[in-house]
Amino acid sequence: MRQKADHGTSPDPIAEPRGPDSGGTLLSADNIVIRFNLRGRTLTAVRRASLKLHAGETLAVVGESGSGKSVLARSFVGMLDKNGRVDEGSISYHGHDLARFTAEQQWLGIRGKRIAMIFQDPMTALNPLKTVGEQIREAAAIHRGMDRSASKLLALDMLTRVGIRDPERRYSQYPHEFSGGMRQRAVIAAAIACGPEILICDEPTTALDVTIQAQILDLIQGLQRDLGMSVLFITHDLGVVARMADRIAVMYAGQVVEEGLSREIFYDPRHPYTWALLASLPQLGVKGEELFAIRGTPPSLFGELKGDAFAPRNPLALRVDFENEPPFFEVSPTHRAKTWLLDPRAPAIEQPDTVRRLKARIATAGHRAGVPHPIGQEASV
Amino acid sequence: MIQEPILSVHNLTVRFGTGRKAFEAVSGVSFDLFEGETLSLVGESGSGKTTIGRAIMRVHPVSTGSIRYRGQEIAAAVGTKDEKLLRQKIQMIFQDPMASLNERAKIDYIVSEGLYNFRLFASEKERRARVENALLEVGLLPEFASRFPHEFSGGQRQRIGIARALVMEPEIIIADEPISALDVSIRAQVINVLNRLKRDKSLSYLFIAHDLSVVRFISDRIAVIHRGHLVELAQAEELFSRPLHPYTRALLSAIPVPDPDAEHNRSLIVYDPSMHRYDSDPPAWSEAYPGHYVLANPAELTTWVANATPEPALSP
Repeated sequence: MRQKADHGTSPDPIAEPRGPDSGGTLLSADNIVIRFNLRGRTLTAVRRASLKLHAGETLAVVGESGSGKSVLARSFVGMLDKNGRVDEGSISYHGHDLARFTAEQQWLGIRGKRIAMIFQDPMTALNPLKTVGEQIREAAAIHRGMDRSASKLLALDMLTRVGIRDPERRYSQYPHEFSGGMRQRAVIAAAIACGPEILICDEPTTALDVTIQAQILDLIQGLQRDLGMSVLFITHDLGVVARMADRIAVMYAGQVVEEGLSREIFYDPRHPYTWALLASLPQLGVKGEELFAIRGTPPSLFGELKGDAFAPRNPLALRVDFENEPPFFEVSPTHRAKTWLLDPRAPAIEQPDTVRRLKARIATAGHRAGVPHPIGQEASV
Repeated sequence: MIQEPILSVHNLTVRFGTGRKAFEAVSGVSFDLFEGETLSLVGESGSGKTTIGRAIMRVHPVSTGSIRYRGQEIAAAVGTKDEKLLRQKIQMIFQDPMASLNERAKIDYIVSEGLYNFRLFASEKERRARVENALLEVGLLPEFASRFPHEFSGGQRQRIGIARALVMEPEIIIADEPISALDVSIRAQVINVLNRLKRDKSLSYLFIAHDLSVVRFISDRIAVIHRGHLVELAQAEELFSRPLHPYTRALLSAIPVPDPDAEHNRSLIVYDPSMHRYDSDPPAWSEAYPGHYVLANPAELTTWVANATPEPALSP
């Protein structure tokens, strides 16, 4: 084992040193198709989805259960279930195509070390029979090749960094002695102990209370800034990502249907599904009125989908939506949406009431938090 | 309010264990629930909010204090006849629709289990009619009765759970985090069903939750609970526009706002219970404004009221 080796230990296929944020593309997934074999049938969970993660940014992937957001992210770390595979497309990362990785050996230099992932339930991520500190130390020892005393010092430092008080005592405690929020902090400590370049967070706060959720979100954001990581944040709740996301990608039925800067998605959403997601947030509802609810259920992904997958649930669907799949239309250099409504030939659709009032309500919600509303200003970052 | 409460909880304390291991989950909690009202109990996990719900359901024995249903004491043992009536009139909806339905039973049986238990139907025809009716009321089709739970999505399953409570013709529904396990898009459907039923049937809800953004949308009044103590109770909009207790303020500051610009300027308030000086000056449940109660000692009450923003309630 090496002493204090940084990122360049021998099994690491990536020799390239990590530079400061260049804002360039760090990981690029192109036209990914992921299929699963389920009891003799084939389920296409991700259908030609493309995603780019830039250096030093936080990208939020938003969608309901079954939209393929978690499956897509798992393919970046080679953690698909055994019956699943990346059938088409490429995932380029530092000159490698992760979609072509077949052997576990190839993943060892990437997973945990360069791309770390944390999950919804911190209890299942921790080993109940080992102390929390030991689990963090172990991660550092394996991935960074440190000896026992160096890795222990690092683990203690990580515990402090994630806001766990009294790290010496906490180091030798077991996961059951931690509360849910503290466990999630410990998992984050283990993830960042390896010095990853990308941190994938899969619904990390869904199982937590609102106050704890806010603290964990702040923590991830702070670490992202301090360590210069890129964060891929997966959630079903658009409401929680306004604070931390630089960009947002909305997924539906295995495809990215809209992506743009956070402000573009909240202040100028273009896809009917994004409208629906925003309109169903209780924060934007009007008390005493029905809350906007998306009718129906997501389509079955066992068969081929014709046209726009959201069309059957979209009260504003055009005839073309049922026949042809829409391409991406560019709204701005950073904002694009996959809907026929943006085609120049599309009729000028009257936006539903909820959507029209949405902007005003986002303004009210912002106003309550004591901030003047930016509508009218140019979206600039 | 001159109205008689349908449910009145007074000085409720629930203890678990004995001797040195004794733990007080709920300490001296009092509130009223009025007919046709949604009262929300808000607090984090371990605050005792579920224990209160279960004490009312008579699952957990009450250590001290009283729970009255239409003026009748139900905290202690009651007669068999009353027991039957209470089991019918107070129903519960659970958090996880994946865990709360019997996987081996058809929807028809799941919804009518309570009817079977109490022999609440004269004929098979009547039972079927009541099941169909309950399903229709939550927006499901009557033919779903012959299917099994695994054939339904999370939102549909939660509505089956509501239908099962509804078929008993209850007056009070205790909803324990009924939407926190659901996706945002499905959450809206369930919230709408609950709101409509309340209006149509003048049901009273005791809504147990930790998510204040949902709670604000559906509640008439909100009670905030922290470590077994109620710390504040007020009309929903009043609580949001004029929170007094520091814990309530911390909870409100944690609500995510779907507005990037506002979010960047939001600051999180963290509540530290050691700020109180309750050893020398114990707190009391005091009415700061009409209908707005807070747990505070006299010194705190003066400061908090002085610091409260006197702004009028903003409608959402």
